[in-house]
Amino acid sequence: MKEENSQKKKSNYWYLLLLVSFIAITWPGLYAFDEPRLFGIPFFYWYQMLMVPISALLTGIVYFKTKDE
Amino acid sequence: MNWTALTVFIIFFIFVTVLGFYSARWRRGDLNQLNEWGLAGRRFGTVITWFLLGGDLYTAYTFIAVPALMFGAGAMGFFAVPYTILIYPFVFVVMPRLWSVSRKHGYITASDFVRGRFNSRTLALAVAITGILATMPYIALQLVGMQAVIQAMGFHGSGLVGELPLIIAFAILALYTYSSGLRAPASIAIVKDLMIYITILVAFFYIPYKLGGFGHIFDAAQEAYAAKNPPGSMILTSQSFFAYGSLALGSALALFLYPHSLTGVLSSSSRNTIKKNAALLPAYSLVLAFLTLLGMMALVAGVKVNSANDAVPQLFLAMFPDWFSGFAFAAIAIGALVPAAIMSIAAANLFTRNIYKEYINPNCTDQQESKMAKLVSLVVKVGALAFIIFLPLDYAINLQLLGGIWILQTFPAIIIGLYNNWFNRWALVLGWLVGMVSGTYMAFAAGLKSTYALHLFGFTLPGYAAIYALVLNFVVAIVLTFVFKALGMENGKDETVKEDYLTAS
Repeated sequence: MKEENSQKKKSNYWYLLLLVSFIAITWPGLYAFDEPRLFGIPFFYWYQMLMVPISALLTGIVYFKTKDE
Repeated sequence: MNWTALTVFIIFFIFVTVLGFYSARWRRGDLNQLNEWGLAGRRFGTVITWFLLGGDLYTAYTFIAVPALMFGAGAMGFFAVPYTILIYPFVFVVMPRLWSVSRKHGYITASDFVRGRFNSRTLALAVAITGILATMPYIALQLVGMQAVIQAMGFHGSGLVGELPLIIAFAILALYTYSSGLRAPASIAIVKDLMIYITILVAFFYIPYKLGGFGHIFDAAQEAYAAKNPPGSMILTSQSFFAYGSLALGSALALFLYPHSLTGVLSSSSRNTIKKNAALLPAYSLVLAFLTLLGMMALVAGVKVNSANDAVPQLFLAMFPDWFSGFAFAAIAIGALVPAAIMSIAAANLFTRNIYKEYINPNCTDQQESKMAKLVSLVVKVGALAFIIFLPLDYAINLQLLGGIWILQTFPAIIIGLYNNWFNRWALVLGWLVGMVSGTYMAFAAGLKSTYALHLFGFTLPGYAAIYALVLNFVVAIVLTFVFKALGMENGKDETVKEDYLTAS
């Protein structure tokens, strides 16, 4: 899944960053725990909520690195 | 009757109604062109697209049903969060290609694209019908969200009188969608989204304060879930891992196959608008996460409900002063109008472009085409209303569940189609058919639940039926493509070329 433009080939590796959220969130075995809690919120909940801005940030980075001219 | 809440509710409702009718003048275009009525001339920039897609994807039904799932089952209900995380990287990579090719060839629906790519009227028809079938119950369910808040304000009449507020609200919606097209939901979405943000932020910090803090809420929830029959759980248990992950992934892949999501994508003004929004739209996901937890708070607060759908409205009434409850209810009800309008426009576009123009009146003028779409948008809404008023609620809920399974079966034709035209068109049609039938079978076999327990090599694996059906769909499409190629059958003529998918404007 990359842009088929030879001049852009190099910058396409940035797209791999998008896989991070996929790996971090799709398998709940990674995060289905109660502890450690944050402000009383179990890990299961705060981890997933934290992944929302992290994933947005990663998408933002990929945007700036691969922007269409 | 809760008069304070009702008054605030009505004031906001009147405000958006006026706004809806005035939207026709916004960035004025010739509304007798389908491109203008149904896609607002493809001119929406980053900010408007953000509000429009936010209002479109995070619907009133979501706002009622997701916390209801949390209220009833616990951790499983939180799958909405990974679901919305997975959507955006996918949108970022795939949707700019659809935007470019659609701009180049004037495609208004996904079905238009499939027809052009694979030169198959049958495949295009399959995609159009799937889209319409999946959207109809979704529109009906927006009414359920609206109904929940109207009842919470004290309307409990039975029969047609009891449904009167709903009928009035929908009639108004139908009229301004007819006259203003996609511009109406876009302008209303701005108001709605701001109201939702205010409501949820206030609720998320104020309600835990009243309930004794987050730590206490989660501890109390743990006990409350354990005491339920069947028991829920506060932390996801290992036998639900695959179901949770596959529901999140399947729902994420399906969301942007729905006609109303594609309408939001195609109405934007550039590829970069879509990419930027993939990074900016997660702000709504955070709001959705907060909202989902309100379902748990309703359980801890011990609100009395007839159905789980009443959990959040009743929580608001118990915790907030009446005027703020009225504000929150208006936010949810207006939240039903935006997606209902966009969905009916999207369904109307599909019918007009891919059924009416293709099979009934091939020589129609642009004006006739636009007129037809406007009429169909009315019919679709009347149909949805009748559905909710005359049939048991379960029908709409079950159909929406089936709709999610069905719409994912258009993935090979649309999404893989954006990358290559390797698949044989008839192989795609047959793969789609197998996916539709097997997905429907699995949903019924599971007792109209979205998770189906697959028995494989002695293991039992409960997972999202849409994903299992999609795997079958792919297997059939791939095997048959090899077979058809071996038999010497040729692919249809592709009217698109590689560069069409990358052009920036």
